[in-house]
Amino acid sequence: MKELALHILDIAENSIRAHADRIVIEIVESEERNELTMTITDNGEGMDDETLSRVMDPFFTTKTVRRIGIGLSLLDQAARQTGGGTTIESTRGKGTRITARFTLDHVDRQPVGDLASTMSILIGGNPSIDFVLRHDRGKDGFLFETRSLREELGDVDLNEPEVLNFIAGLVRERRNLSDDSVTV
Amino acid sequence: MGKLTIEELRKIREGARKSRDLREAQGKSRITVHMGTCGIASGARDVMDALLKAIDTHHIEGVLITTSGCAGLCSMEPMATVEFLDQPPVKYVELDAEKIVRILLEHAVEGKIVEEYALAIGSEKMS
Repeated sequence: MKELALHILDIAENSIRAHADRIVIEIVESEERNELTMTITDNGEGMDDETLSRVMDPFFTTKTVRRIGIGLSLLDQAARQTGGGTTIESTRGKGTRITARFTLDHVDRQPVGDLASTMSILIGGNPSIDFVLRHDRGKDGFLFETRSLREELGDVDLNEPEVLNFIAGLVRERRNLSDDSVTV
Repeated sequence: MGKLTIEELRKIREGARKSRDLREAQGKSRITVHMGTCGIASGARDVMDALLKAIDTHHIEGVLITTSGCAGLCSMEPMATVEFLDQPPVKYVELDAEKIVRILLEHAVEGKIVEEYALAIGSEKMS
């Protein structure tokens, strides 16, 4: 994976396969702590203790088509090569939270990358799922969520091309919704 | 950083509503882009990006786009499956942005299988 936005796409796709209907993606960049934290929280099926204990093993997977599951181990490797790490909390029937910590200014830290593309693909392929994206960069913060946008759009689906273009532009420009329009 | 106003959002809604009504999507076919770790690492995001853009620029109607996980053929990613109701699905392999647009226009819209990119026909059914 060349960028963090691809890890996000990968982990969020895991959440979708786990039947989550709400996925919260948070990226916090702190120059003060010299840390970038990426957290993905879902309300999917969650994992039992046995699965959770083996989830970082690339040769362990719950998939049946091919017995390899490298997504989380790749994310962990990307975090560890910057001096960070990954933690996973999960409760069967409630959901999963994955947190990856990176040293912000480490030469091997992957760039955040094309979040706009990742979000439009996630929403375009799964318009009924509630996605929340928060990107906090200290000086400025960005918050986007699909539930209130869906309410505003009424009978227009989120995967309509115009809406996806709009969402991609919003995320690309980190353009917040104003207080007098949609509450997020 | 600018902020979005309610008026702008209304314009987006009305624009999308008009074009949706024009396209009158009927769900004639479905394209599933495989978005497992292997697919994403091989370029599935670029494939999906190109697909969504082509749907918009070519004003395609009646093609449902969705994603799935690993299909078990990691070395042949990026992959996509095209399905029509009551017909065997067709799996396409080693895709890129150019190939998927051709598959969209020729297969998903016109119904003609792009044989040079196809791996197999069958094995899944449209639910």
